[in-house]
Parts: sequence; C-alpha cells; structure tokens
Amino acid sequence: MSSQRLRLFTFAAPSRFYSLSGSLLPWLWAAAALLAALGLYIGFFVAPTDAQQGESYRIIFIHVPAAWMSMVVYLAMAGWAAIGWIFKARMASMLARALAPSGMVFTLIALATGSFWGKPAWGTWWVWDARLTSELILLFLYVGYIALVEAIDDVRRADHAGALLAIVGAVNVPVIYFSVRWWNTLHQGATITMSAAPKMQGTMLTAMLLLTFAFWAYAFAVVFVRARAIVLEREHDAEWVRGLALPTRVAARTSS
Amino acid sequence: MSPSPSPSLFGALFVRDLRLALRRRTEALLPIGFFVVAVALFPLGVGPEPQTLRQIAPGVIWVCALLAAMLSVSQLYGSDFADGTLEQLLLTGGSTTLMATARATAHWTLTGLPLVVAAPLFGLMFDLSPAALRILALTLLLGTPILSLLGSLGAALTLGLRSAGVLVILIVLPLAIPALIFGTGAVAAVDAGQSAGAHLSLLGALLIVTALGVPPATAAALRIAVE
Amino acid sequence: MNWGSAGEFFAMGGYGVYVWGSYGITAALIGFEAWLTLRRRRRALCDALASASSEAPR
Repeated sequence: MSSQRLRLFTFAAPSRFYSLSGSLLPWLWAAAALLAALGLYIGFFVAPTDAQQGESYRIIFIHVPAAWMSMVVYLAMAGWAAIGWIFKARMASMLARALAPSGMVFTLIALATGSFWGKPAWGTWWVWDARLTSELILLFLYVGYIALVEAIDDVRRADHAGALLAIVGAVNVPVIYFSVRWWNTLHQGATITMSAAPKMQGTMLTAMLLLTFAFWAYAFAVVFVRARAIVLEREHDAEWVRGLALPTRVAARTSS
Repeated sequence: MSPSPSPSLFGALFVRDLRLALRRRTEALLPIGFFVVAVALFPLGVGPEPQTLRQIAPGVIWVCALLAAMLSVSQLYGSDFADGTLEQLLLTGGSTTLMATARATAHWTLTGLPLVVAAPLFGLMFDLSPAALRILALTLLLGTPILSLLGSLGAALTLGLRSAGVLVILIVLPLAIPALIFGTGAVAAVDAGQSAGAHLSLLGALLIVTALGVPPATAAALRIAVE
Repeated sequence: MNWGSAGEFFAMGGYGVYVWGSYGITAALIGFEAWLTLRRRRRALCDALASASSEAPR
C-alpha cells in the first residue's frame, strides 16, 4: 500500500502518463491552433500600425512569446530533472528529457525573429544587445544539456548528470544575464537595446498574450508527444505496452 | 588503514596529482603550449596594428586561457576512472567534496598558475600598458581558479565518455562567461583610465561563490558517474 | 481592417521580407519539430509492437 502511495506521489507510473496525455493531446492541439488563429487575426487585422516601427513591430507577436517559452521551458526542464534525480522518479526524468528539444526550438525562434526584427531597426542582422546575447547563451545551455544526455549511454546516469547540469545552468542564468547586461553597458557606442518596444496598445497586448497561450498549448502538446515516445522507448518491455500493441497487432502482421 | 583527518586527505590527493603530472612533464605543459600558439594566431589573423591589438588583447588572452584550461581538465579524473582508483577513493568514505577541491586545486596549480605567469608576457606582445598588464595578471589570478573549478565539474559530468574533451568545453563555456566578462572588463577599464575596482570585486565574489558551490556539485557528479 | 488590399498585406509597409521571413521561419521550425516528434512516437510504438509480437506468447 505504501508503495502505491509513493507512486502516486512520484507523479504517476509511465503507463498512467501515457493514457492521460493521450486523451489530452487532441484538446491541446486544438487549443494551440485556435489561440494562434485568434491571436494572429487580432495581431494583423485589428492591431494598428506602430508610430515608430511601422509594420515591422508585428514580429514581436512571436518573438516575445518564443523568448518567454524558451526561459520557462528551461526552468521546467531543470525542475523536472531535479525531481527525477532527488526522488528517483523515472517519469519526471523522462519529462525533462522531452522538454529540452522544444526549449531549444523556442530559443532558435526567439533568436531568428529577434534578428529579423533588428535588421530594419539597426541595419545589421545581429545585435549584441543584452537580451539577445543572453538568449544566445541560453541556446548554448540547451545544446550543452542535450549533448551531455545524448552522449551517455546509461539512461539513469544520463538523466541524473543532465539534472545536475540543468540545475547548475538554472542557478547561473541570473548571473549570466546580469554579467551580459553589465558587459553591454560597458562598451561605448553599444547602448543598442531591443527594449525600444512599441508602447503596447490594448489590441497589441491581446494578440501577444493570445499567441503566448498558443505557444503554451503547443509546447504541452509536442512535449507530451515526445514524452510518450520516450516512455515507449524505455518501457517497451512492460506489460501495459503489449496491451497497447494488441489492437494494431493484426494490422502490423498483415501490413508487414 | 586509519581514517585520515580532512586536511591530510586534501594534502595527500593534491600531492599525488602533482607527482603524477610531473612524471609526464610534457603532457602537463601542453595546455600552456596551446595557449602560446593560440594567442599568437590572433595578430596573424587580425593584423599587426598596435591599436587593434591593444583593444582585443584582454579578450584574446582570456579566451585562450579559458580554452587552454579546459583542454587538460578531462585528464583530471580520466585515468583514475579507467583503472578503478576513483571508485576506491569514493568508497573510502572520505569527503568527496574535499577530494573534488583537491583535484581542482591541483589542476589550477598545473595549468592556471602558469597561465597567470605567462599571460602578462603575451600582453606585452599586444602592447598593453604596465597598469593593464598588472590588472590582467590579477584577473587571471582570480579567474583561473574559477575555470579550474568549473572544468572539474565538467570533467566529472563527462567521465569516461568518448567525446569528453569537446563536451566539457561545450558545457563549461557558457558557465564561464560571467568570469570572462568581469575579467576582460577590468583590463578594459584600466586601459580607459578608469578604476577596475567594481570588476575585480565582482570577480572575487564569483570566485568565492564558485569555490563554495561547485565542489559539492562536482562530488555529486562523481557519484552519478560511478554509480 | 488595416489593409486596403492583399498587396498591402503582403508588403507590410515595406517590411514584408522581415515580417514574413520571421513568421515563415517560425512556422518551418514548429512544423519540423512537430513532424519529427510525431514520427518519433510512431516509430517507438512500432518498435514496441515488433519486440512484443516477436516474443513467445505467454
């Protein structure tokens, strides 16, 4: 009985996660699509032109949500990895591994859109401003984590080493951000900042928030799919996985 | 075997590492060799103009020191891991944190300290002023221990992996960026005629926090790798 | 409505390349990620099936 309670506490057996996430997925995809459609409609057809930046400001509708997601996902990744390590909760470690590639994709989106936004404003494809540079370093942190866990064959060692690295990274993020801002203000002529964001009118803010929620829903969806893949990869010997196989077993035999 | 009190555990490991390194003297000098070559490449690539060189000097020297330090760090635990000595050390019940600190200190003595001495010489090649050279040496004195500590964490995480060398660099470099910024900022400040006090204080604070926080993390990483 | 014509919409006041470039890259990255991930799950399920059906039935 106590082992049951412990399992509940350690965030569900992989089988329970698999079935739960499976039923949630259609709703998540639908929510992502709907919120994105609504947000983009308001962003392009309702929100007015910005006085200073013209139409180019409309890039922030994806740049800012992507940047937020990149940071939130990193913290979530570090948190779940820590839980997996401290409480030996396999599912938590699998979630952490599932979060990493999505976080990296959001970081890439933030960097690319930031670059596109900066070009008309500053004339160059890259601007070494504090936030964009910090975003670049966040990309390095993601790459380091993924490289480390992929290089270790033993699954448990990979999960735990990754957890330690993610925690160290998370603790360092404020220090890194502070030092990059320091660095940015030190050098003469480099007081370029992207923080010259347009004064956000109500409709602009609404569009951005809708797209933020759309990114959230999308992130949940794609991370769940990846986590389900990881569960199947690791637990393929389990009884319940064979139960999954049954309905399609006939199809598999006849198709191969 | 009588249980060793903490100071002598530190001392024993430290002396052992130094002795092992001195047996392979050429290997121990490789990071310095890399540093020399790498630093010399920059004027060749950028051009000999003194003004430009003076500007890029702190950054170039710091980055090359960073890379040189990372090169030798994987050897810290590698051979002990391969022949099982590391497992034995962890089983003795002595403080793993202390062992990690001893290792990092040995690495710093072998790689960091020579860099602190060598770097100002190269600063001369880049036409840095005497005041800037002094600050450069001081920032490296504060910074190279940070690099050794972070490097030892990276080495512990990548223990026994095939691509450990490159992996360590990939993992540690983002974490070393604050030290890089404060270190080079101090030299740039002195070059511009301002005080380096703020930068040095920040670097010092970073050193203290790293020295307190990283060895326990390294110890945890070692236990993860060996389990 | 902000746009007088479809032409205006695509031109984005001269910033068309940047705006549509951004949205294009975003769509491409997200689409690629979603496709890769769904494919990974499908593969994992097939592999799990294969190893389950290749074992002697209990």
